Amino acid sequence: MKTGTLKQILLITDGCSNKGEDPSMVATLIQQQGVTVNVIGVLEDDQSENPVGLEEVEEIALAGGGVSQIVYKQALSQTVQTVTRQAMTQTLQGVVNKELKHILGDNQTIDALPPEQRGEVMEVVEDLSETSNIEVLVLVDTSASMQNKLPTVKEALIDLSVSMNARIGKNRFSIYTFPGKRNAINKVIDWSEKLDKVSSVFPKLTSGGITPTGPALKEAMHQFSKTGLLRSLKRDDESNLEEFGS
Amino acid sequence: MMNQTLKNSEVNLKPGTVITGKWNKKSYHIHACLGQGAIGSVYLAKQSDQKMVALKISDKTASITTEVNVLKSLAKVQGSTLGPSLFDVDDWIDRRGQCYPFYTMEYVRGNELRSFLRSRGDQWLGLLFIQLLEDLERLHQQGWVFGDLKIDNLIVASSPPKLRWIDVGGTTQIGRSIKEYTEFYDRGYWQAGSRKADPSYDLFALAMVALHYAYPNQFDRGSHPSKTLIEKVKSARLLAPYQDCLRKALQGRYQSSEAMKKDLNKILLQSQPKREPVQNSGKRQRPITKFSAKLAWLESLIILIIASLFWIIYYFI
Repeated sequence: MKTGTLKQILLITDGCSNKGEDPSMVATLIQQQGVTVNVIGVLEDDQSENPVGLEEVEEIALAGGGVSQIVYKQALSQTVQTVTRQAMTQTLQGVVNKELKHILGDNQTIDALPPEQRGEVMEVVEDLSETSNIEVLVLVDTSASMQNKLPTVKEALIDLSVSMNARIGKNRFSIYTFPGKRNAINKVIDWSEKLDKVSSVFPKLTSGGITPTGPALKEAMHQFSKTGLLRSLKRDDESNLEEFGS
Repeated sequence: MMNQTLKNSEVNLKPGTVITGKWNKKSYHIHACLGQGAIGSVYLAKQSDQKMVALKISDKTASITTEVNVLKSLAKVQGSTLGPSLFDVDDWIDRRGQCYPFYTMEYVRGNELRSFLRSRGDQWLGLLFIQLLEDLERLHQQGWVFGDLKIDNLIVASSPPKLRWIDVGGTTQIGRSIKEYTEFYDRGYWQAGSRKADPSYDLFALAMVALHYAYPNQFDRGSHPSKTLIEKVKSARLLAPYQDCLRKALQGRYQSSEAMKKDLNKILLQSQPKREPVQNSGKRQRPITKFSAKLAWLESLIILIIASLFWIIYYFI
C-alpha cells in the first residue's frame, strides 16, 4: 500500500456554537470530502462535569469521522497530539477495513479477525501512520471566554509539531482562528512544516459572545488544496481508497 | 496526565467476575485491579490451573494489538526478560455483546520503586539503575526504545531485588516517533530534544525517574526548562553522588546505555568505603566555613566603618 496525505481539521473550543449552520452538518460534509474533523473541548479549572455547551464537541467529531476529547487546559498539550494520532490511526484503519471487505467479503473488519491476524494488520496500520504525510488545519475559537486559555493552546500547538515532526512522514500545519473580523475565519499561519513561530503571532481576542462554529468549519474546509477536494467530490465513496493509491 | 481528561477507556470488572475468551476459550477469574491507564485496565486474575496472571483489557483494539505485537517481538529475544512474558491474546464479549480485546502476561510480583527505596535505603538507586541500563542496552540492541519510562512503570521484583519495567505500551522502533509518553519524563516537553526514538530518549527518562524520586511532587518547567533540570539535579541532596551522570543523561550526552552504565559503575565503586570519606569531607569543609566566617566578620566591620563615616559627615554638615 502506498501512503497518501491524511487531512484533518482540529477544532479547539470551549463552548457551543450560536450562529450560522449546524456544525455537525458541516462536519458531515467535510468528512465526505476526505477530511477528518477532530474536536477538543477545553474546560475551566472549576468545572467538574461536562457543561452543557460541550456536548456538541463529541457530536461534531462523530459527524466528522474524528476523535473528540474534553480536557482541562493543563492536559491540553498531551491531548492535542494524542487526538491527532488517534484520528490518523482511525482513518487508516478505516481504509484498511475497506480493503479487507473488498478481499474477504462484507462483515470483515480488523476487530472481527482472530487476534493473530489482527496483529499483522495493525502492523501495516502502524507503518502507515508513521510514514503517511499529514495536513492539519488547526481552528481555534478565540471568543472572549477563551482568553485565559490561549497561551496554553499556543504551547500545545508547538508541542504538536514537535510530536508530528518526529515521524518519518511529512507534515503541514496551518492555524486559523474564529470568529474573524470580516470573514468567518482569520488566517494566523499559512501551511508550513513547523509551528515554532506561533509564539509571536497569536492575534488579539475578539470580544463578544458570537461563536459561529459551523461557518468557520465550512470556511476551513476550503483551505485544503482545491484540486484534492474536487477529485474527492467526483469520486465520492471511493475517495479514501483513491487517496492511498491502493 | 490522561486522568485529567474526562473520557477514558476504563473497563470496570468487579473481583469475582469470570471472563472467557472468544477464540481460545480460556477462563480467568478476576481477583483485583492492579492499575488503570490511558489504554485500559490491568487486573490480577487466576487461570483455571490456579496460576496467577496479569490481564490487560481495553476497548481500544488497535492499542491492545500494538502492545501484543511489541510483547511478541520482545519474546523473540532469546534468554532474557526484556518484558513480561505474554501468555494469551483473546477477546471477551460482555453481556451486552460489546467486544473487549485483552491479553494475559506474567504477573511480576514486587514493590514499587519508591517504597522499595524508602524501606531499603536510597543507596540502592544506583544499583537498580545499573540493572535497568543492562536491560535497556539489550532492548536498544534489538532496535527498540522503551519510550514511556517512568516511576510508575517500574517495579522491583523481589529476591534478589531487580528493577523491571511492566508496561510496554510506549515501546517504539528506533527511528520512529515515540508512541506514548508522559510529559514530565519526555525530553520534548523539556525542550531537550526531539520525540524521535533513539537510545538517549530512554536515558533522559531514566534520569527523570531519579528526579521524580527526589521530588515526589514534581516541578514546573520554568522559563528555561533545561536549566531548571540542571538546577534541580544540583539541589537534590540524595542525588548528589550521581550528579554528573544524571546531568549528562539529561543533556543527551550518552549515546548508549552502556556508556551511562560505565559512569554509574565508577561512581558506585568510588563510594564504596562509605563512612570515612564522609568524615573526611566534613573535616575539609570546616576550614572553608571558618574562612567564610572571617570574611563575614570583615564585611560587617567595613559596613560599620562606612556607616559611621556617613554619620560623621551627616553630623558635621
